[in-house]
Amino acid sequence: MAAITSLGETPAPAEAARPGGMQARRRRRLNVFRYVVFTVFGLFFVLPLLALGRFSLEGAKLGTWALTAWRQIASYQGSGIPPLLSAIEITLELAVITCVVTMVLLVPTMIWIRLRVKWLARTMEILCLLPLTIPAIVLVVGLGPVYNKIQHYELSSLMLFWAYVILALPYAYRALAAGLSAVDVETISEAARSLGASWFTVIFRVIVPNMRQAILNALLLTWALVLGEFTIAYLLLYSNLQVELYSISRNTPNAGVLFSTSFAALLFAFILLLILSFVGRRRRGRG
Amino acid sequence: MTSSPVTRTQGGAARTAVEVRMEGLSRHYGPVVALDRLDLTLHPGELIALLGPSGCGKTTTLRLLAGLEDADSGHITVGGKDITHVSAAKRDMGMVFQAYSLFPHMTVRQNVAFGLRLRRVDAAKRDRRALEMLDLVGLSTQADRYPHQISGGQQQRVALARALAIEPQVLLLDEPLSALDAKVRAQLRDEIRRIQLEVGITTLFVTHDQEEALAIADRVGVMREGHLEQLAPPIEVYSRPATSFVAEFVGLSNRLSGTVRGGEVIVRGCTLPLVERDTPDGEVVALVRPEAVTLASHAAPESGPLVGTVIAVTFLGATSRVTVDLGDASVMAQLQTSDATALSAGSRVALTIRPDPVLVSGSSAAADSLAEEEA
Repeated sequence: MAAITSLGETPAPAEAARPGGMQARRRRRLNVFRYVVFTVFGLFFVLPLLALGRFSLEGAKLGTWALTAWRQIASYQGSGIPPLLSAIEITLELAVITCVVTMVLLVPTMIWIRLRVKWLARTMEILCLLPLTIPAIVLVVGLGPVYNKIQHYELSSLMLFWAYVILALPYAYRALAAGLSAVDVETISEAARSLGASWFTVIFRVIVPNMRQAILNALLLTWALVLGEFTIAYLLLYSNLQVELYSISRNTPNAGVLFSTSFAALLFAFILLLILSFVGRRRRGRG
Repeated sequence: MTSSPVTRTQGGAARTAVEVRMEGLSRHYGPVVALDRLDLTLHPGELIALLGPSGCGKTTTLRLLAGLEDADSGHITVGGKDITHVSAAKRDMGMVFQAYSLFPHMTVRQNVAFGLRLRRVDAAKRDRRALEMLDLVGLSTQADRYPHQISGGQQQRVALARALAIEPQVLLLDEPLSALDAKVRAQLRDEIRRIQLEVGITTLFVTHDQEEALAIADRVGVMREGHLEQLAPPIEVYSRPATSFVAEFVGLSNRLSGTVRGGEVIVRGCTLPLVERDTPDGEVVALVRPEAVTLASHAAPESGPLVGTVIAVTFLGATSRVTVDLGDASVMAQLQTSDATALSAGSRVALTIRPDPVLVSGSSAAADSLAEEEA
């Protein structure tokens, strides 16, 4: 018995020390791995962007620096094509309209289906995810005749929002569905009903405020999609920021403009998304 | 209609408790009958606890009363007014749910004031009333916290305050304690009863916990397969169960074979009175409560009808449950722990059965099946 006790007791401090030591070593190794992965992926993303930035600032002679390519974006006036500022304005307006329409369509519908017509949930999901499976070019072929009619009445590029709402559906739906499933919608809606709330109050004063994060995510995704959309606008002969930047790069003899426009487009989207995300976080902080 | 006692609310306003009457209430979910022509009346200011196993229809009853579901047939009247087709939002009922149902984006105070805000009560009055209600449940210091910053028990207290803040005609409690741990559950149970008596509101309490139902209610309704098996004061449900289902569902029962003769049942040589004196003579199964069985240690070693061997002693706190093997059957006895400490597995004991009225189940067929089970 004594032998067993001594055998059991003697190595105990070492046993106790080992897991701690092993854990520390493991933690260090994990940290190193984390930094390596982060650095490799960081370089993978940042290097091309830096190269893009550098080429956009290339002077007339190789190896010199100049802002010529950036100035040409601002000063460009294409024939029959709206200038850059107008394209930015249209894109921002499109983004706002698309976001509003998508949210107005999706949020109440999804809540209502969850609360009152659950059997429709699967159909709704399939319908919303469908645009993911349809290539943009096929969408354009389908939308072409409709937009030809619209152009016949000489309506602005803002009419693109119909197509963009369809494109944004899968992303917005997924973000909102995740938010809805995180809330016990049935119980809180029943609690609100028992306290005398109408269905309108239940949806907009009880459930929607609890989906703020999901709505913000859906808005960010929709916003990003509209800012980066090129194919549909270009093929339907409308002009938005991406189409305009493409026109500038194609119609300017300076090769540097190709890089400056691409870089400008990226920066524009990045800064806007950053602002939107920051505003959302600040509001959450206050709530 | 039953007389309506006037009770006084926290705010000092007089209010009349109402009678709730459910008549012939039925509800089907496809082929499943959740509620089968239920008749139930809650007297003004009374607390009725509906008790039963899962799927017996107790929650359906409460949801039909709340207006959260529609009845297939039947009528609901509150204070003499038919509300069968009135929407949940207009029924004037406060409800506390099993799941935590506070609105996560509102503070405790805003949650409690929500119903008043919908009723367009002015801000100052609303705030005062919310604080009064929070005071009633002992949470006025937590008014500015969010639901995620308070415990589960506190959340259910706030839910109770929120339900009472609108001064509803009826209070509905749908297993409000089931998500809480045992100690908090017992505390909150007593608190609910105190508040209910203080406010004097007609209350329907749904639970599957028999201890909770027996402790809190004026009357307990035991439900099974969509209908009421018995509706009676807790003591009556326990000591004079109307059916064998009630006897077995509420508390524990020993099933012992016996013979009915002349309005009494003879169980292993003990003559016991019957709950139903008009039971016809014959072989039956008698349902004997464990606390009606007493044990004496140092029994004579020879076996007899009421001498057996202890096979297990289960410590339950103040009481202990002792299982005794009689050779052809086993019997449970509930004793004070101080009496049970002298007993251990393997010791011989003599049993006596207190002559409380017992319920018998079935006839000779039931006794035969019990004999088969025991064999």
